[in-house]
Amino acid sequence: MIAYVIRRLLATIPVMGVVAVTVFLMLRLSPGDPAAVIAGDTATTAEIALMRERLGLDAPLLQQFLVWLWNICRGDLGTSIFSNRPVAGLILERFEPTLALTLSTLVIAVLIAVTAGILAAWKAGSWIDVGVMVVTVLGFSVPVFVIGYLLVYVFAIELRWLPVQGYVSFRTDIVGALRSLVLPSSALGLAYIALIARVTRASMIEVLAQDYIRTARAKGVEERRVVVGHALKNAAIPIITIIGIGFALLISGVIITETVFNLPGIGRLTIDAIIRRDYPIIQGVTLVFAAVYVVLNLVIDLLYTVLDPRIRY
Amino acid sequence: MPPGLATWLRRHKLLALGGVLVGAMILLAAVAPLIAGDPVILQAFNRNKPPSDRFWFGTDNFGRDVYNRTVFGARVSLLVGAAVAALSLSIGVTIGLVAGFDRRLDAVVMRIMDGLMAIPGVLLAISLIALAKPSVAIVILAITIPEVPRVVRLVRSLVLSVREQPYIEAAISAGTPRARILRRHVLPNIVPPLIVQGTYVCASAILIEAGLSFLGAGTPAEIPTWGNMIASGRSFFQLAPWMIFFPGACLAITVLGINLLGDGLRDSLDPRIAKRL
Repeated sequence: MIAYVIRRLLATIPVMGVVAVTVFLMLRLSPGDPAAVIAGDTATTAEIALMRERLGLDAPLLQQFLVWLWNICRGDLGTSIFSNRPVAGLILERFEPTLALTLSTLVIAVLIAVTAGILAAWKAGSWIDVGVMVVTVLGFSVPVFVIGYLLVYVFAIELRWLPVQGYVSFRTDIVGALRSLVLPSSALGLAYIALIARVTRASMIEVLAQDYIRTARAKGVEERRVVVGHALKNAAIPIITIIGIGFALLISGVIITETVFNLPGIGRLTIDAIIRRDYPIIQGVTLVFAAVYVVLNLVIDLLYTVLDPRIRY
Repeated sequence: MPPGLATWLRRHKLLALGGVLVGAMILLAAVAPLIAGDPVILQAFNRNKPPSDRFWFGTDNFGRDVYNRTVFGARVSLLVGAAVAALSLSIGVTIGLVAGFDRRLDAVVMRIMDGLMAIPGVLLAISLIALAKPSVAIVILAITIPEVPRVVRLVRSLVLSVREQPYIEAAISAGTPRARILRRHVLPNIVPPLIVQGTYVCASAILIEAGLSFLGAGTPAEIPTWGNMIASGRSFFQLAPWMIFFPGACLAITVLGINLLGDGLRDSLDPRIAKRL
């Protein structure tokens, strides 16, 4: 067990290595002079040279990479070109709305999707099943900004139940914060719900056809316990895997959702950075999100061994 | 309707519905200049007009006809979807075939793919686009790169299962060169799941292109695309919601059609996967 945990921990190093090299090289290998692009169309030659020096682009490539990597390991993600402040600090400042949005979406999505998937598998072929499958196809097809504006139009502008846009911090008003998250989480969660519900349904259908389910039913175990106690437990691994893999989808959606609902999170930070060509911020955010994804999938892999004692690598 | 066709339609509902939706969109894009007027002409006196007999989908904040722009927007979306699907499939198949057949390369290639998959696709694309001069070609390239690892993974897993088949062993023992084995014996056997994957890549590429344009990091703003239209409607959402709803609906219908087509193809091409999903 401990040997496996150590091996799995070590396996994240090459993955993060590839992430670091990719993020590093994107700026350096881009067509044209990145210093000139970042400095803007109106920059003079001297300004471009200054930008090159600030970004450390004048040193040999390998030296640049090692310095950059060393700084990241110390928690220094570089300095914003626009505001001249540390990128790590800027990301931390914008952390709360993004974390709140991601967590609330995760909770809502998993609850709805797993329930829907179980029901669809349990009543496979019924109208419930067909209904769930139709909703999942729609969930894969309607982009998050379209569903977002639709929800705003119906629930905020027409019915006036919820705020149109904006974020209320949990530190000032918990009810207000939750209210400001209902619509963004629903919009962001739709595709994630579709993904998890489909996998839950498929996995449950496979397990429900097993002999031990028939045995459990034959000896008179209550149907609820058969489905939740016997079947769900054994169908859990693929469901948890897809929750982890789908998280990448969620992160991409977060940036768009924050723009639709005007939430002052890391996504907005990124979009403002694109407009200002503030490349260190884009790099920093990319690194942070990739690291979150890698850690989350590490945790899920380690969860397997707890959930299913048969798994020993 | 001949009885044969009726049976086929009943058996392949998804395929038929998806095919009709996608076919309609392709037709719309192809004949756009015939059925829609100028998508970029500005009419300052007709700004933010709601849908009417004259402007079916209303006009935007510059007085441009939303119907004309929506019809022309289909061209860019379909082009991006098809190009990304073709590019990422050809790159992914090449890398995946080699990785699946060469154990030493396999470990290295798959670690690189794991790393690329850890970077959220939209962010990877944004980082690439932010540094280049915006153009449709750059957008296609930037969406293709994050899609490639998924294709490689699929191809590799398919190759790994095919290479254990007796006919591959027979080909190896008969001294067939490796390149020939890959091309003649492995590739044809993995085509059906790849076609299905291609439709999903196409759908996802169309969504990502729209998302990137919506964020202002995609197709140049002067080109009428659904994502650009929705982006420009953002500030006028309460005043002129039609600026967002019509391109949004077309976007959703197109992606829905492609997804249904993919599901239908999956069910009829490969009953084994169909049962599992």
